[in-house]
This record gives sequence, C-alpha cells and structure tokens, in this order.
Amino acid sequence: MTALDKIEVKEGVDQDTVDAVTALSGNYKYGWETEIEMDYAPKGVNPDIVRLISSKNEEPAWMTEWRLQALTRWEQMTEPTWAMVSYPKIDFQDIYYYARPKSMAVKPKSLDDVDPKLLATYAKLGIPLKEQAILAGVEGAEDMPAEGRKVAVDAVFDSVSVGTTFQAELKKAGVIFCSISEAIREHPELVKKYLGSVVPQSDNYYATLNSAVFSDGSFVYIPPGVRCPMELSTYFRINAENTGQFERTLIIADKGSYVSYLEGCTAPKRDVAQLHAAVVEIIIEEDAEVKYSTVQNWYPGDENGKGGIYNFVTKRADCRGDRAKVMWTQVETGSAVTWKYPSCILRGDDSQGEFYSIAIANNMQQADTGTKMVHLGKNTKSRIVSKGISAGKAQNTYRGLVSMHPRAKNSRNYTQCDSLLIGDQCGAHTVPYIEVKNNSSRVEHEATTSKVDDDQLFYCRSRGMDEEEAVALVVNGFCKEVLQALPMEFAMEAQALVAISLEGSVG
Amino acid sequence: MLEINNLHAELESDAEVTILKGLTLSIKPGEVHAIMGPNGSGKSTLSYVLSGKDGYSVTAGSAMLEGVDLLEMEPEERAAAGLFLAFQYPVEIPGVGNMTFLRTAVNAQRKARGEEELSAGDFLKEVRATAKDLQIDADMLKRPVNVGFSGGEKKRNEILQMAMLEPKMCILDETDSGLDVDAMKLVADGVNALRSENRSFLVITHYQRLLDHIKPDFVHILADGKIIKSGGPELALQVENNGYADLLAGAA
Ligand SMILES: Nc1ncnc2c1ncn2[C@@H]1O[C@H](COP(=O)(O)OP(=O)(O)OP(=O)(O)O)[C@@H](O)[C@H]1O
Ligand SMILES: [Mg+2]
Repeated sequence: MTALDKIEVKEGVDQDTVDAVTALSGNYKYGWETEIEMDYAPKGVNPDIVRLISSKNEEPAWMTEWRLQALTRWEQMTEPTWAMVSYPKIDFQDIYYYARPKSMAVKPKSLDDVDPKLLATYAKLGIPLKEQAILAGVEGAEDMPAEGRKVAVDAVFDSVSVGTTFQAELKKAGVIFCSISEAIREHPELVKKYLGSVVPQSDNYYATLNSAVFSDGSFVYIPPGVRCPMELSTYFRINAENTGQFERTLIIADKGSYVSYLEGCTAPKRDVAQLHAAVVEIIIEEDAEVKYSTVQNWYPGDENGKGGIYNFVTKRADCRGDRAKVMWTQVETGSAVTWKYPSCILRGDDSQGEFYSIAIANNMQQADTGTKMVHLGKNTKSRIVSKGISAGKAQNTYRGLVSMHPRAKNSRNYTQCDSLLIGDQCGAHTVPYIEVKNNSSRVEHEATTSKVDDDQLFYCRSRGMDEEEAVALVVNGFCKEVLQALPMEFAMEAQALVAISLEGSVG
Repeated sequence: MLEINNLHAELESDAEVTILKGLTLSIKPGEVHAIMGPNGSGKSTLSYVLSGKDGYSVTAGSAMLEGVDLLEMEPEERAAAGLFLAFQYPVEIPGVGNMTFLRTAVNAQRKARGEEELSAGDFLKEVRATAKDLQIDADMLKRPVNVGFSGGEKKRNEILQMAMLEPKMCILDETDSGLDVDAMKLVADGVNALRSENRSFLVITHYQRLLDHIKPDFVHILADGKIIKSGGPELALQVENNGYADLLAGAA
C-alpha cells in the first residue's frame, strides 16, 4: 500500500466534516426535544429527595447513607467564585433533581423493551443503540481492527440509563459496562471500594452536591490483563425542563488492562439555563491505560446568552499503580458556562498523564477549563496541549496546575497552550499555576495567542470556500494535534462540531 | 472572457495611495496575455483586485468575466465563476492537509455551481495523476498546505490547484520566480496542458524565460498603474534586452 492509500481514510473523514458543515444550517443541531411523559421528584434538594432518588434506584442502605452524608456536607459549603465566569445566582431549590420517563418505571429487560420514543431520540442524535458493528458514515471503518469497529453505548436520558449495548459480548471478556445504578446493586463490593476514592465526597461544592443527588451514569470495570474488545461510550441527553443532570461515572482499569471510553452530551434549546454537575472518577492500576474522550455539546444558549447549560464538572484520574497511563481528550463546544478541569494524579512511579483539549467559546459562552497534573511518583510524565478558540463576545480561560511534589524526582511536564481569536470582541486568558518542590524535575510551558489570519482566509476563499467554511478549515488545522488524539469515529464528529459551533462567528 | 475597463483602485486604508490608475485590458477566450512591468507598478494589486482581496477600493472602472461583473462578487463566487489566481506568495495553512484543502475547494466550487460533488475515489485518482505530472509526491499532498514547502514547491502546488479546479480565467502572478530550470519546464508544461480555446491566461512575469515555454499571444507593459504599451511576443524580448527605460520614456 502506498502512503496515498493510507490517507484515503483520513481524507474521507475530512470530507465528511465538510459535508456535515455545509449540510447543516441553523446553529444548534440538537436543540429539539422529545415529548415524553415524565415522573418528577418534587423540586429542590433535601434529605427526603436524596432518599427518594436512592429508593428509585433500589439502592442498599450504605449508599443512601453515603448520599445523606454528602448532603450534610454540601449544606455547609458555599459556591466557588474564583473561576473567570459570571452567571446569575443559581437557586438550587428551584431545580428538579430527578426526572424519569414514565415508561422506565418498570426496568426494560433489554433494548427491545425500551420505549420507541426514547430509541427514536437516540437514533435522531445519530447514536447507535442497535448493536450495529460500524458507526454509519465512517469511511474505511471496515478495514480497521475489530476493536475499532464496535462501540458499546450506555445511553442516559435525564436521570436514568435507558440501556447499554453489547453487554453480553463484553461480559465474555470479563468487562463490566453498565449504568452506575445497576453497578451499585450488582457489584456493591467494587463500588464501595472505589466510589469517592478519587474525588472525595466533599471535594468541592458541585462534586459534593453530585455525591448527594447523582441519579445515574456509567460504570466500567476492566479486569487484570484485559484489553477491552471495543470502544465504550456514554451519551448523556438532558431533555426535561428545569432539571439538573447529575451523572456519576466510575471507571476502574485493573492491572495491565486497557480501555478507550467516550462520552457525548446534548440538550434541547431552552430559554432557562439548566445545571449539569457531573463527577467522573477513574482508577488506573499498575501498567493499565485509560483513554477518556469527551465531546461536550450541551446547548450553549442563544447569541444573546439566554438559556444554555451550566456545566460544572469534576473529572479526575488516579494513576495508582506504577506505569499507569491516562489520556484525557476533550472537545468542549457547548454549554453557556463551563467549569471543568480533568485532572491526573500521577501517584505510581513512571506513570503518565496527558491532556488534549479544544475549547470553543462563541457568542456569549464562557469557558474556564484546563487540567491539573499532580506529580507524586518518580519519573512521572505529563503533557498538556490546549487549544482555545474564542469568537463573538465569548471569554475563554485556560487554567492549569502542574505540581511536582518532593518525591516526584526526575519528572517532566510539557505544556502547550494556544489561543485563537476570531473577531475583536472576545477574550482569551491563560492562567498557569506551576509548583516544583524538587530540583530534578522539569516543567516547560509554551503559550501563544493569535488571530485568525486574513491572508489564510482569503487564500481559502479565492479557491472557492465561503467564509465559514474557510474559518472552519483554518480552525480545524489549528486544532489538529488534539483532533488526532480522538478515536477516529469521533474525530469526524468533532471536526463537524468545530465548524458548527463557529457558525455566525464571521462576516 | 475578461474585460477590464479603465480600472482605478486605491488603498482602502489610505485614499492617498492610488495604485491602479485607469487600466484597460481585454482577453478573449483561448488567449494568453503576459503582463510585465517594473517592481511596484501594480501587477499583484491588479490580480488581488480581480480576485476580491480586502484592502483595496475600486473608485472607477469595471471588470467583467464572461459578461458578469466580477467586482460585485465575493471572492468565492469569483472562484466558482471560473477565476483563478496563482499567488505570488502562496499562503501557509498549518494543520490542514494539502489534499483536504484541495478536495474542500473542488467540492465547494462544484456545489456553488450546482454540480455533483466529486467522490473520494474519483478525486484521488485525478489528484494523483495531476500531481504526478507536476512531480508532486505523495508526501507533499499529505503535508499541511504550503507549510515547509520550498519556494519552487509552493509554485508547483499552485499549478496543481489550478489544474484540479479547472478555471476559465487563470492569472499567474510571477509563478516563474524562484523556480529552477527544470521546475520552470514542469510548470510551463502544466500550463500548456491546460491551454484550450475556452480557457484564457494572464501571466505576470519579469522574465522572457517563461514566455519561451508559454507562448503569449499578447504582451503588455504595466507602469504606474496603467498599461503603457501592448504588443506581440517581441515586446517581451525588447524588455529582456533593454529594460523598461525606453518604454517608460516613450510613455511619458
Ligand atoms: N496593502 C498595501 N499596503 C500598502 N501599500 C501597498 C499595498 N498593496 C500594494 N501596495 C503598494 O502598491 C504598489 C504596487 O504593488 P504591487 O504589489 O501591486 O506591485 P507589483 O507590480 O506586483 O510589484 P512586484 O513586481 O515587485 O511584485 C507598491 O508600491 C506597493 O507598495
Ligand atoms: Mg507582484
């Protein structure tokens, strides 16, 4: 095969992006809602609500206690204000904490029993809930190794998991992939051991609230030495109005195992902002590796800043064993306000953490995002590549911490942080915190800020691309290193998203 | 094909600076015209104004492509209408593969003209064949657009784009400068292969050399924003031998 044959696949992907971009009009593609009968718990949060959520999920008493403890803690905390974002005060008692489609009251035994309206919702989002081998539209996917072809999906609709695909096949490999509520019932020993062990119950305001009221989310356990035979993914969909989504994800990669996991998120267009406060905990044992990719496309609000999701998320990976590896890749294009710092605790010697991020803020969006790399073990390595794009009147902040502890001898960090501005009413900010407490470690930090170059745009346009297509192409080029870090199936989706989220940013 | 009449253009940022001062030029289908002229006389500006670059205001005159007013159109509309400019200084676009760029451009134009997009397979076949003729290897097709390309590679890449886009009116702005003898031959062969009775060329150059390979029908001398003399290929030879002094003196 010549080199050219290889790029054919890549080119196919790129082309699909362009097709998607040109085919899609209107700004937010996922803004429709599903009309479906829902059961709500009363608005507000208090011990009764927490008990109700716990009983709806048929949880054991220890879990209910754990939640109540978190609630007590949360009631004594105050909302943090240090992030570079501003939004009207949230009335935490004016939110529904639990919403479940009526048809889910009796748990469906398999996907065949799930309400067709719910299945249609995911079909419309382009998410495969049929156990089909290949994601539609990915050219060249049939030539890829088996692992790249199948994607198992856990679909979470408002507060509950609708279903998880490929469970039987995964079980054969010893992999547990199910909703967290199911894991609490079926695998209490694992949940008890690991839940809250990376993000402690009272870690921060939103994580503590999540600990009290989380309704569902995904659970993954990869046994020692197992390479997960397919990509795992969770799609979160907020549908109900005035409802917060609080999902909880727990991923455990036992010794010498490997898994690649992806989450996607969408929500309908609404005038009133909605709260999303998730917690993701990842435990990586000796010689294990986890790749976690996010394509976050919650509704961003309209061009005047009305509505949208407030996205306050705590994500943390703990490289507990020696030579453990974690890679976070995120494409953050949605949400009105984003507050998110996927972090790596590099506890094991020779462990590695990587963080690749694209954060796009257009119109009135505000993003304050970055990572924390905490080097505790010897010879630990971390790499941060952040691409921030601001357009319209948006504000985009990279906030990162690199911390080398005294025991973390001979450790290294490399940070590259690039900002791109489109127009002159937006802002980009870089806030790096660096602490080095030993003298054999090295920290490198590079940062650039640039504007979309008019000569590049004119060059593209003189070849026939319209202005938006030209901007999308140039921005996708700017983000290349991060897009390349995504699994191929999702690189395409992400490229299209980059283009869509910048619509209206020029001209 | 291209009718330029009494074109006046100044800098948008500084109305004191008028660059084109009444330029008139008529190019018929199938013809090759060459423009020569001293540095700073307005050759590149003419190509930019025709292709719609920001920063210049047209204060008088007109430019029509096949009877359609070019100056009213967006740059991408001019491209879809069949205008192509091979840049004097091709622009680098980091992170964007050369192939991706080409395919996006080809399909954008086809779409604008209401044509079917080129399938991945057909596109690839075509681009490989064209690239081979221009001795552009697979690696250059994969690399980001013009990034790290040598001067000569950038120019050949412009011709590759031109061949793929199949424009009607091709403007080449000093495509020959920076080319070694062999590359010049490749570029000229590329251009000659595209010559046809319904495609026209405007070749901006400082040297007779290129015109040995691409035989022009007409040669024009541009000085201080105006065409001061037009003639046949012999005019280029005269410039090569005597420079512009006589011509400029004659025009004054
Ligand atoms: N954007 C600009 N800002 C300032 N001056 C400009 C600009 N564009 C063109 N000019 C001036 O207009 C004149 C014509 O420039 P142009 O690039 O068209 O010349 P040219 O004939 O192509 O020269 P060369 O043979 O050196 O390529 C020059 O004096 C140049 O400095
Ligand atoms: Mg010039």
